[in-house]
Amino acid sequence: MIEVRWHGRGGQGAVTSVELLAVAAISAGKYAQGFPSFGPERRGAPVAAFSRIDDKKIKVRSGIYQPDVVVVLDSSLVGMVNVTEGLKPNGILIVNTPKSPEEMKKELNFSGTTATVDATGIARKEMGVPIANTTMIGALLKMIGIMDLDAMKESVEHRFGRIAQKNLTAMKRAYEEIKISN
Amino acid sequence: MTKKKGPDTWQEITTGCVVFQPGSASEYHTGSWRAQRPVWNNQKCIKCGICYIFCPEGCIQQSEDGFFQANMDYCKGCGICAHECWPRAIAMTEEG
Amino acid sequence: MAKRAGMEVAMAVAEAVGQCNIDMAAVYPITPQSHIAEHLSELIADGKVDAEFVTVESEHSAMSAVIGASGTGARVYTATSSQGLMLMHELLPIASAMRLPIVMGIANRAVSGPLNILNDHSDIMPQRDSGWISIFVENGQEAIDLSIQAFKIAEHKDVLLPVCINIDGFQLTHMVEPVEFPEQELVDKFLPPREPYATLHPGKPVTMGAFAMSDYYPEMMKAKNEAIKNSKKTILAVWEEWAKIFGRAYKPVETYKAEGAEILLLTMGSMGETAEVAIDELRAQGKSVGLVKLRLWRPFPFEELKEAVKEAKKLIVIDRAVSFGGPGGPVFSEIKSALYHEEARPMICNYIIGLGGRDVAVTDFTGMITRVLREDSKKIADTCEFWGVRER
Ligand code: SF4
Ligand code: SF4
Repeated sequence: MIEVRWHGRGGQGAVTSVELLAVAAISAGKYAQGFPSFGPERRGAPVAAFSRIDDKKIKVRSGIYQPDVVVVLDSSLVGMVNVTEGLKPNGILIVNTPKSPEEMKKELNFSGTTATVDATGIARKEMGVPIANTTMIGALLKMIGIMDLDAMKESVEHRFGRIAQKNLTAMKRAYEEIKISN
Repeated sequence: MTKKKGPDTWQEITTGCVVFQPGSASEYHTGSWRAQRPVWNNQKCIKCGICYIFCPEGCIQQSEDGFFQANMDYCKGCGICAHECWPRAIAMTEEG
Repeated sequence: MAKRAGMEVAMAVAEAVGQCNIDMAAVYPITPQSHIAEHLSELIADGKVDAEFVTVESEHSAMSAVIGASGTGARVYTATSSQGLMLMHELLPIASAMRLPIVMGIANRAVSGPLNILNDHSDIMPQRDSGWISIFVENGQEAIDLSIQAFKIAEHKDVLLPVCINIDGFQLTHMVEPVEFPEQELVDKFLPPREPYATLHPGKPVTMGAFAMSDYYPEMMKAKNEAIKNSKKTILAVWEEWAKIFGRAYKPVETYKAEGAEILLLTMGSMGETAEVAIDELRAQGKSVGLVKLRLWRPFPFEELKEAVKEAKKLIVIDRAVSFGGPGGPVFSEIKSALYHEEARPMICNYIIGLGGRDVAVTDFTGMITRVLREDSKKIADTCEFWGVRER
C-alpha cells in the first residue's frame, strides 16, 4: 500500500487531487482512498489531504502518520508546516518549486529521495492559472509509477470537461520535467 | 357521553393508531363538559360571523334568517364566542 | 454488470437513494451530511430522479415534511447529523408511533458543546428509544446497500417503521473509495413501489396521529415495541434476499476471526475495518483475538450477540459516545445487560474512543487488547476508560 500526504492551502485543490487520483486508480482496477484532513475548510489556510492506493482492499480508516510520499503543492508552506513529519526515511518528497531537488533537500534537512518540478510555472503556461494541483498528479505518478498517466484521462475529463486537455498536458509536462535527487 | 368503542387489547390497535372511520370525532359529545351555555340576543347581533369563526368546537351554525346558534351536543361552554362578540350579543348563563 | 466506481461516500448515498424511486425528499444541509443533501437535490433538479425536493428551514421542518408526505403514501427520504438530529428528536417518536416508513441517513457527528463537527456516535445514542430501526454501516458499499434495503425494510407490511442508517461522518461521508452501484433493473425488482396501508386522501378520509390518553397509550406503546422487536424477522429476510440478488450478505452481528477467540473486541460503524487490521496483526503474533461488529442497534440482536460472544473469556466493548453518569458507554451497558443472565459470559470492559473526531488507529486497538491480555480478569472486569485521554 502506498500512502500519500498532500500539503496545500485551502483553495489550491489538494482535495480535488486526492479525489481525482482515487477515482482514476479505482477505474484502473485498484483500491484507493482519497480524503481531506477533516474539519472546516478555510481559503488560504494550510491544509492536508491524503491518498491510499493498493492492489487489495484497503481496510484502515485512520489518518496517515507515516506517509510513503509527501506532495507539497505550495512551496511557501515549506518552513511553515513541517512537511516531512513522519515521512518514512526511504520515502519520497515531491515539491512544487523551481528550485533543484538538492536545494530542497538541504533546506528541509531531508536525506531521502526528493523531486522538484515548477508545477506553478507549467500550470500558468498551459492553463493560464497558477493552480498546480492536477499538474502535481503528473509528478506523483512519475515518482510512484503505480499506473500510467493515461489512467488519469477519464477522471480529469469527467471533472474538468472542456479544460481537461490543458490539465492533462500540464500533468504530462510535470511527469517529464520533474527533477529527481536520490 | 358516548360509550367507549375502542380496542380492548394492544393487538387490536390499528397500525399507527390510524382511525379509519371518517368523522368519528362527532361521536364524542363535548357538550357534556358544559357548565355555562351561550345565549344569543339577536337584537344586538349584527351577523358579522365572528362567533362562528372563533368557536373552537366549530359548533356554531348560521340559520336561514342569518343569525347564529350553537349545537348543544358539542358546545362545551368555553365562552370564547361571548368574549369575541364585540356588540355583546352573546351572554354566558349557568347550566342547570 | 454492476458499475464499480470511485466516489465520495456521501454522494454515493445520494445516488443510491436516487435509485429507490423516491417520491419526495426534505433534507436540511448540515456538515458532514451536506454532500448527501447537495447531490440528491442536484439529481432531482437535473431530472435524473423524479421526485419532489422540499427545501425546508430546519431539520425539525425536514422531519415534519417527510412525516406529512409519508402519510400521503409517498416514499420519502431525509438525512441529517448531530445538532440537526437533536432538533428532529421531538418528532422521531411521532414518526415511529404513526408507523411511517421514513428512511433517514445520519452522518454521525459529535454533539455540541463544545462545538465540534467531527465524527462520533453521540448524536444517534440519545435517539435510541425513539422507536426507529437503527443500523450501522462500516464502509461506502454498505452505506449504499443499506440505504436501498432500508426502504424495503421500512415499508414491509410486517414492519412499517422508520429506519435510520448510521454513516460515520467524515470517516465515511468524506471518503472517496471504491463502490459498486446495483443495477437499476435489479433494484426496481427488489424494491417495488410502496403499498401504504393507509393514506391521507380527501376521497377516503382517515385520522392519523390521534389523541390517546391513559386508556389507550400503554397499549399503543406495547404495540410499537412488539412491532420493532418483530421487525428483525423481516430485516433478516430482506438481507437474505439481498445476498441472493446482489451477492453481499449482511448480519445483525458480524464476526471476524471470532471463533474460538479468547478475547473479543466489539465495535460499531466505520471502526470495524480498522479493528480488523489490528486483529490480523495480533493473530499473526499468535494471540487468540477476534472481532465482533454490531450492525443492528435497534432492534437489538440479543440471540446473535450471545451466540457471538459465548466462548470468549474477555470482551472489550468500544463506545464512541458517553452515557454521562451512567455505567460507561451506551453500547457497553446494552451488551452488559444482554449478557446478565447468561451462565457462561465473558468478563467485560469498556473503552470510549474517537470522541469528537479523535482519530482511531490500528495501534489503539492493539494497545487495548494487549493491555487486556496482560491484566487478570478481575482487574479489568467492568472498567470503563476514556482511551487515550490526556491525564495528569
Ligand atoms: S359575533 Fe356577535 S354579532 Fe357577530 S354574528 Fe356572532 S353573535 Fe352576532
Ligand atoms: S361557548 Fe365555546 S363551544 Fe360553545 S358555542 Fe361558544 S365558543 Fe363554541
